[in-house]
Amino acid sequence: MTSIPMEYYLVLSGFMFSVGIVGVLIRRNAIVVFMSIELMLNSANLTLVTFSSYLGNVTGQVFVFFVMTVAAAEAAVGLAIIIAIFRNKLTVDIDKINIFKW
Amino acid sequence: MYQNSTEIFQMMPFIIIGAGILLSIAVEMSIKKSELILPWFSILIFAVSAVISIAGIQQESVLFGGMIAAGGKAAIFNFIFNVGAALVVLNSVDYIKKYGTYYGEYYILVQSSVLGMMMMSGAKDIIMIFMGLELMSICFYVLAGINRKKFSANEASMKYFLLGAFATGFVIYGIALIYGTSATTKIDDIISGFNRLITNPLFVAGFIFLLIGFSFKIAAFPFHMWVPDVYQGSATTVTGLMSTTGKTAAFSVFIIILAAIFSTHSINKFTPYFAAIASLSMLYGSIVAISQDNVKRMLAYSSIAHAGYMAIGLAAGNISSESGIIFYLAAYTFMNIGAFGIVSIIEGENDTQLGISSYAGLGNRNPVLAAFMALFMFALAGIPPLAGFFGKYYVFIGAIEGGLTWLAVIGVISSVISVYFYLRVVVYMYFREPQEEIKIYSDNLSLSAVVVSGLLVIIFGLFPDTLLNLITSALIR
Amino acid sequence: MNLELILFIVLALIAAVSAVMVITQSHPVMSAIFLILNFFALAGLYLLLNAQFIAVVQVIVYAGAIMVLFLFVLMLLNTSSEFKVLTDKKFIKFFALLISAFVFVQLAYLIFFTKPSNAVKGNLNVSSQIGTIQNIGKELYTNYIIPFEAAGFLLLAATIGALILAKKKFE
Repeated sequence: MTSIPMEYYLVLSGFMFSVGIVGVLIRRNAIVVFMSIELMLNSANLTLVTFSSYLGNVTGQVFVFFVMTVAAAEAAVGLAIIIAIFRNKLTVDIDKINIFKW
Repeated sequence: MYQNSTEIFQMMPFIIIGAGILLSIAVEMSIKKSELILPWFSILIFAVSAVISIAGIQQESVLFGGMIAAGGKAAIFNFIFNVGAALVVLNSVDYIKKYGTYYGEYYILVQSSVLGMMMMSGAKDIIMIFMGLELMSICFYVLAGINRKKFSANEASMKYFLLGAFATGFVIYGIALIYGTSATTKIDDIISGFNRLITNPLFVAGFIFLLIGFSFKIAAFPFHMWVPDVYQGSATTVTGLMSTTGKTAAFSVFIIILAAIFSTHSINKFTPYFAAIASLSMLYGSIVAISQDNVKRMLAYSSIAHAGYMAIGLAAGNISSESGIIFYLAAYTFMNIGAFGIVSIIEGENDTQLGISSYAGLGNRNPVLAAFMALFMFALAGIPPLAGFFGKYYVFIGAIEGGLTWLAVIGVISSVISVYFYLRVVVYMYFREPQEEIKIYSDNLSLSAVVVSGLLVIIFGLFPDTLLNLITSALIR
Repeated sequence: MNLELILFIVLALIAAVSAVMVITQSHPVMSAIFLILNFFALAGLYLLLNAQFIAVVQVIVYAGAIMVLFLFVLMLLNTSSEFKVLTDKKFIKFFALLISAFVFVQLAYLIFFTKPSNAVKGNLNVSSQIGTIQNIGKELYTNYIIPFEAAGFLLLAATIGALILAKKKFE
């Protein structure tokens, strides 16, 4: 790991983070939007692990563990919300379920 | 580790609420008539926890192996969360019956969200901020959609969830960069090295990501798009909870992570950011609220404007603006919970009677409700001598001390604009004849919650200096 | 070119390309599968970074549990290929690309400009030790026991919440 500069990992994670932002903003399907959010969380995890191992400090990896817990909890709640909305309207298209103005 | 009894005493609120959640689950599982027990049990634990928190205000101590602080400003925040949540629960008992859907889980989720808020307001480690934020947010996502048969609630819940999770992404990425540049997640270490770290652009970038993430949670202007729909679609009592205690919790995080700016004389590099979101939120919230006929939606826009007033204090970043923000948060919490309490009493089945026309003639039909609604509207508009006025006053004073007079001027202008839509409700109540038949359900529990918040608003307005001194003394220590 | 760098380049390319595929595929199931591929690539990168425990958890929890949940919901909802993938609002599309390009350029610039690696004294011996299950478990149960308890409450609240929202009949 000494041969690879730390910056490479950070730029990769920055790239994934930006892709996640685009996905959240442009996709219509709620589930795909949620997947883009998972992409953002993962890019943050990559940053944390990179810093953690280059700094020789365990806190970053512990934090990644908590982020994964939170991601699991969010996935459970988010998919339950999507199921609830699908029961009422049979769609997961964000643009179609706007009964209020955005 | 826990030698002295003060620390055990100050640990009690966390233990009480944590144990309360587990006990509530047991009660909900085993007892059929749990709706007779759970609300009162929740109110009991909130009340005990509030009293213990505020009793420990004079002594600040760090608990749980350096993870959570209690006493000092955390005591004030915990008091706000617990009293606010207790009032919301009191308000919910009859409201939930009116909706025809009773879930005991409602109270369990309210308790969990309060536990999350308490973790945030006392956090000594960024990990605690993050876990508390998520515990609170996940409970709110579910509470927003708890009336799952109603489509507007589903939609509110989904919007809140998607944008909240998006904000979480920003928060985590920001924390990752802060951790990478400071090699620690301990807030005290970050604060003591703040002057050195702030010269590192990557640290500043991480900090800005963190601030953007929390700007979603306080509902400030460019990040406000979820607010009107979520506040309108959720059950009114839930809206009362998330618009007040949720916002307070997010602001407590701002105060914790910016402590270096507030306490020492570090240069506030984030002034432009906060000044921008503050001025835009104030003007946007006040101007758009004028055109709203739905009272819940109007209060949602007013909540955006209030986030702007509080953000003025963050832009100023000195000790008087800090105590001003805390005073404002306390005042705002009780006046908004009161206002939403009245909206929940007036509200009929299936989202009816939410328009401003339903308030016409309320002054004759139900003078008590009308008087309290007028009180909350005046307080929100910032008319002296009520709590809302002093909240704004202290924040503006802080801004002027911090050399941001122009921001205070914008604040005053937008307060003047906001008087229009708050007074509109009062005018409807006293000077308009009702157009339609309005049936108001008698709801003594909600009314008592409204009365309590009304009394608190009046007390805050009568003794502002005493309270401000109390807050300032808790901050300086 | 040593093996490590080659491995990094391959995994990073897989991660980057699959990330782009997630947001461009028209069928949600394809998006999910590319997301799983992305997670596997990340797990490989974690191994390169000497974070063995996180790499394993990444595969088990993320690629395993969470993505299976996603795929289950996709199957349950029976969504077919979307007619219109992207949002209708042109302004938002433009704005999204602009803002994320800005974020990326800014981050990349900051990362190469500030050279965070200069501040870091990479100690290989230390870093190969910290990522073990033993070490992380010790940290979790000593210094980070309170966040760990909080995670318990979080999962409890999430379970209750998911149940109340998605359960079919509720008495």
